[in-house]
Amino acid sequence: MRYSGLRVIKEALTGHKGWKPAWRDVEPKSAYDIVIIGGGGHGLATAYYLAKIYGQKRIAVLEKGWIGGGNVGRNTTIIRSNYLLDGNEPFYEFSLKLWEGLEQDLNYNAMVSQRGILNLIHTDAQRDAFIRRGNAMMLNGADADLLTTAQIKERYPFLNTENPRFPIKGGLAQHRGGTVRHDAVAWGYARGADRLGVDIIQNCEVTGFLIENGTCTGVETSRGTIKAGKVASCVAGSSSRVMAKAGMRLPIESHVLQAFVSEGLKPVLPGVITFGAGHFYCSQSDKGGLVFGGDLDGYNSYAQRGNLPVVEDVCEGGMAIFPMLGRARLLRMWGGIMDMSMDGSPIIDKTHIDGLYFNGGWCYGGFKATPASGYVYAHLLARDEPHPTATAYRFDRFNRGLMIDEKGMGNQPNLH
Amino acid sequence: MIIHHPLLGPRDASEFTYLGDAALIHRPDWEAEDALDQFIDYGYLRSNPAGLHRELWFHEGGDRSWLVVTRDTTTHEITKVELARDVARQEGRSK
Amino acid sequence: MSQTNRLNGGLINRDRPMSFKFDGKSFQGYEGDTLASALLANNVRLMGRSFKYHRPRGPLTAGSEEPNAIVELRSGARKEPNTRATTAELFDGLTATSQNRWPSLAFDAMAVNDRLSTFFAAGFYYKTFMWPAAFWEKVYEPIIRKAAGLGSLSLEPDPDSYDKGFLHCDLLVIGAGPTGLMAALTAARSGAEVILADEDFALGGRLNAETFSVGDQSASGWAASLVGELSAMPNVRVMPRTTVIGAFDHGIYGAVERVSDHLPVPADGKPRQILWRIYSKQAILAAGATERPIAFEQNDRPGIMLASALRSYVNRWAATPAKRVAVFTNNDDGHRTAADLHAQGVKIAAVIDTRADGPVSRDYEVLQGAQVSDTMGRLGLTFVKVQLADGSERTLECGALGVSGGWNPNVHLASHQRGRPTWQDDIAAFVPGDALPVGMSAAGAALGHFSTHGALQSGVDVATKALDVLGITSNRPTLPEAEDAPINVTPFWHVDGAKRAWLDQQNDVTAKDVKLAHQENFTSVEHLKRYTTLGMATDQGKTSNMGGLAIMAELAGKSIPQVGTTIFRPPYTPTAIGTLAGRSRDEDFRPVRKTPSHTWAEEQGAVFVEVGMWLRAQWFPKDGETHWRQSVDREVSQTRKSVGICDVTTLGKIDVQGADAATFLNKIYCNPFAKVPVGKVRYGLMLREDGIAMDDGTAARLAEDHFVVTTTTANAVGVYRHMEFVRQCLFPDLDVQLISTTEAWAQYSVAGPNARDLLQKVVDPEHDISNEAFPYMACGEISIGGVRGRLFRISFSGELAYEIAVPTRYGDALIRKLVAAGEEFDAVVYGTEALGVMRIEKGHAAGNELNGTTTALNLGMGRMVNKKKDSIGSTLSEREGLNTEDALKLVGFKPVDPSKSVPAGAHLMTKGDKVDAAHDQGYITSACYSPNLGHHIGIGFLKSGDTRLGEIVRLVSPLTEVDHDVEVVSAHFIDPEGDRLRV
Repeated sequence: MRYSGLRVIKEALTGHKGWKPAWRDVEPKSAYDIVIIGGGGHGLATAYYLAKIYGQKRIAVLEKGWIGGGNVGRNTTIIRSNYLLDGNEPFYEFSLKLWEGLEQDLNYNAMVSQRGILNLIHTDAQRDAFIRRGNAMMLNGADADLLTTAQIKERYPFLNTENPRFPIKGGLAQHRGGTVRHDAVAWGYARGADRLGVDIIQNCEVTGFLIENGTCTGVETSRGTIKAGKVASCVAGSSSRVMAKAGMRLPIESHVLQAFVSEGLKPVLPGVITFGAGHFYCSQSDKGGLVFGGDLDGYNSYAQRGNLPVVEDVCEGGMAIFPMLGRARLLRMWGGIMDMSMDGSPIIDKTHIDGLYFNGGWCYGGFKATPASGYVYAHLLARDEPHPTATAYRFDRFNRGLMIDEKGMGNQPNLH
Repeated sequence: MIIHHPLLGPRDASEFTYLGDAALIHRPDWEAEDALDQFIDYGYLRSNPAGLHRELWFHEGGDRSWLVVTRDTTTHEITKVELARDVARQEGRSK
Repeated sequence: MSQTNRLNGGLINRDRPMSFKFDGKSFQGYEGDTLASALLANNVRLMGRSFKYHRPRGPLTAGSEEPNAIVELRSGARKEPNTRATTAELFDGLTATSQNRWPSLAFDAMAVNDRLSTFFAAGFYYKTFMWPAAFWEKVYEPIIRKAAGLGSLSLEPDPDSYDKGFLHCDLLVIGAGPTGLMAALTAARSGAEVILADEDFALGGRLNAETFSVGDQSASGWAASLVGELSAMPNVRVMPRTTVIGAFDHGIYGAVERVSDHLPVPADGKPRQILWRIYSKQAILAAGATERPIAFEQNDRPGIMLASALRSYVNRWAATPAKRVAVFTNNDDGHRTAADLHAQGVKIAAVIDTRADGPVSRDYEVLQGAQVSDTMGRLGLTFVKVQLADGSERTLECGALGVSGGWNPNVHLASHQRGRPTWQDDIAAFVPGDALPVGMSAAGAALGHFSTHGALQSGVDVATKALDVLGITSNRPTLPEAEDAPINVTPFWHVDGAKRAWLDQQNDVTAKDVKLAHQENFTSVEHLKRYTTLGMATDQGKTSNMGGLAIMAELAGKSIPQVGTTIFRPPYTPTAIGTLAGRSRDEDFRPVRKTPSHTWAEEQGAVFVEVGMWLRAQWFPKDGETHWRQSVDREVSQTRKSVGICDVTTLGKIDVQGADAATFLNKIYCNPFAKVPVGKVRYGLMLREDGIAMDDGTAARLAEDHFVVTTTTANAVGVYRHMEFVRQCLFPDLDVQLISTTEAWAQYSVAGPNARDLLQKVVDPEHDISNEAFPYMACGEISIGGVRGRLFRISFSGELAYEIAVPTRYGDALIRKLVAAGEEFDAVVYGTEALGVMRIEKGHAAGNELNGTTTALNLGMGRMVNKKKDSIGSTLSEREGLNTEDALKLVGFKPVDPSKSVPAGAHLMTKGDKVDAAHDQGYITSACYSPNLGHHIGIGFLKSGDTRLGEIVRLVSPLTEVDHDVEVVSAHFIDPEGDRLRV
């Protein structure tokens, strides 16, 4: 069924009786060509592109709970490609381009909204670093714009540019950045994949891998054994837990990242603002809620909830630049589990076990990567070689000393 | 969270800075034949368990002790707190 | 006509009338009123509009679970959007404005959405607005965003202040209804330290809204006397107006005390609100229960409210929404509302009971086995249509309808750590499950004990158990007599066939939307929530979620517990961001660290810059200097020509002592330290264990067993932490102790050809600091006017230079002494800018070069990494990727056209190559104008840079539109041989 304005009108006039399930609920088959573990944004996107671009058939996505229930459903919805390093920038720019055509491709309105993202600058050293980054973006074909304080003030008149501790001295903007309705991304890919014949199987937890002579031949699940030509793990947040079942230790720690939304407010923030010096970033959703976040809690956790000190720290950052936020109320806070990798960049690679593939380590940058992650993972699965934009995301980069460390924090995951 | 410091009693976790897996105590021997491989493993691979995790916390806003905290990563319950120096000695880091 | 709907009695203070305004119209109420109760007393039912369809709305509840009656409270910078009229305490002069309507509350143009609601079914926006592609951002989204949100922000800085505080207790009791009061009394009389917190301004919970008695007192009287007793006890802290917002790890609770929200403005020096972090050993959740509505056709009109809310308005606030009301119930509690209202003289049109066997009344009609099938009244209820047991229909005239679908225990805090509640059939509701936060127990209505007696009993029992855990013997108080009526609920969630039956009134989610979600396979409870927005409004679904779950369960052929609940997340009620931020805003956002010369620098009119938390003098403008460059150029030139003084206190200082101090430093630094002689300083480079440069600085050996290590300002904390890690965790038996002494010593750099002559005048005469006695890289203890100090002959500027240190309390005196002594040399004091210029001229790496991705090799110090010893980072620095042939090397750059600049952040391209990322050769890290060379210079990283000296490369910065040629040169622009250092 194709979605369109006309269809919405027609259904409305006939009591909405014709709407079909967005995806089918199916029983798992005994074998597939490719089994994707994880029905999050990345897993569903992988399935979609495998079927759509790479012509693969007999694909299943296995989801422990309900699709889109992980980080694709719990993030701050930001998309951008403002990366510094050559290992990252082409990939994220590819992702941004996919976002730009996503809705027409999927026939699903995920509300991709390129309202711009702005990184605030407070010191000369920060300006130097942002100029280097902006140049790297432009040399990679992305857009970047250095704004003056006056330009920022014009766009955000209520910003406290003269905070006595961190006065705003400019900003690096990416106008093509923005936000997306996060849940809709999972649903749109699920619907798209389903229409191409992918089996999406919810409430199906992978409990083990079938590994024979160094080759992975399928998975054990809570709903029985499923054989597979290729098995693709795509469970960021739970990567270590799942891959441990294949005997692997990963260059990843799991950390909790909290995020927050305010009560619905009449629009005040046109785009995304990040205040790095104060660990605060914020945008406003189409429903009116201010969506904001900051730092990790900082300790390993699978508990999907955080503690007060970080909540306070983030709100302090908010009040520092938006002193008008004082009387806005925080409605809801939540915690997601991040695959924090050892250099802050993801891994999309084959494992040392034939037939077993890995996609994870997204830190807290996974949402914006969703389309490209799916696309390049599909490429790797179909062709057994990395997509040109993702050649650096290999396991062995740590062995070889080829880390992709945007922040220069080294092998300490909670600092990325 | 509250960390029961072996010397100072219960202290709020925000006084501490977190490092990570207490396996970082086991720094490889630089003269071993496979020292590079061992250091790569030491530097980059983590067990990252969902459950009990022995981890290093630094009492930065306090007495500057490094502690080994045994904490459940699924509930945050802390079951044991030791001075890292004692642990290091027990686990063979003495000269 | 004022307060036409005000009844007799109630807990309002009629001696304290208060005036207030709603939408510009003036009204009167009393102390003790909420905004909602005062408006109802004034016969105002219409208080808001819904989010999507802009339906007219009045209060559904009398508490913090309110979805409808939300307003903009106050005006100007204190405007507070989305404020519940049902909890806003009335004060004299209060102003409130309705929101999300235009042009007025009674006539809202956007209500056209309601007419079109069939097109706006759940998730409709995912299916449309896709064509043409460019129209989403340009046309559709702006329209949607225009309609977004409820209330509006003032856009002015919040003028009020907020505080934070910490409390500790044996037992935290959350909620001061019958359960909480009894639990607190039990614990308090047993000697425990107790905190009793309740969100209401009047403690007592439902006791304040009921007409029955407790013991020989009225329910509210009993509550008041207990509050009196508890407040007088030294081991009890009673906290009204305090909402416990979240249950965090290890017995820590967040609580918000609304100190001043009931006042026109906070009293002098008082905060608006306080965020308390409560550290409890045990906690009792006595948060009570929330009544739930029943979904029926057009169930959202102003005047339709929860039966218990209706009863609260009448009993506690002596205000009725209408003179003639009806009640719709599936349980016995609904009948209590009718009886109480009847007793207050409110006419009962009828009680509509879904059960065929419910109670009957002599005072009013009870329609058994009946259901409300429809309602009428555009801006307020006028009639309800009832379908009787025999299938016939009746229309009742009434201005209000109390609805009771049973009660849901307030389990939220019990589930804040993701423990799931469990279903209890006899009350048809979820109660706290097994996995409660550590130390928490639930009691009373929150646990499903709905009668007053049951609540009182539960309070005592649960408190006794908590005291047991604490090792305190319980002193159980005698229970007063109280009602113990069963609630007798027969589950009834929605009237069959109702389409526009609201579940989530704020977000306009109806039964029909749940059906559509099910039809489209959004059947998981989380999908349901996200697809329909059920429960995502400011009330967080407190009155709506259960209804949605029930309908989904029915459609899916499952039980409600099988469908399950969504996750309960903090805060319990929305919390002001200002409260969570507290005092950390404006200049107090982060602490300020001032250098010892700060006062002196201020006197000189210095311009300051933030470096970490420090404020450092950036430059010292002199009369007539109109541009910062003039000041900086002068400071640089004069330093190189004669002598300059700079406060370098902010550099980290770590005292390293012990027999193994040298052994220890040999591990920390990649270059050798074992054989540094006493009285000498050595430059050291520290690597992280991953082989990347971490920090650089010097270590001065003051004695065999005593070094002073310096770090960069930015890394002082991290380096100290790292050194303690190495000491305690890796080499626990080394005899070495560390202490950070950054703040203990004031340290000044004295640099320039006349540095020694100046210092000679300052240090006590017995110290020989001649070049022979105190050569380059010497260090030692000295005295200045009898004050002990330290002298290091080290140089960042490339000049003959010293750093002189005294205990911080003498720092101000020393800067003045140095400046006075420097007068004859025309000495300058220079700031961080001149410091930066001189170090770039000298080619010294600093923060911009030590950026966390560069190695010793990149920095041109590859040979410093000593391979004959073990040091942190040495092994991993050997990885191939860090040692490629074309590795980046730190070199200098000067513009081919001397009028051009060398901007930091620019990238470098080989001449003739395409300008793109694939051909990127490196980047400029630091740049400045060199007054000594008369042109701009820069240093930066260039692939194989050390072999490309003399090459002309293309410098590009598309971001700042710069593109010109620069020459690759040595990074040491000044005195490359270092002769000046040694004179």
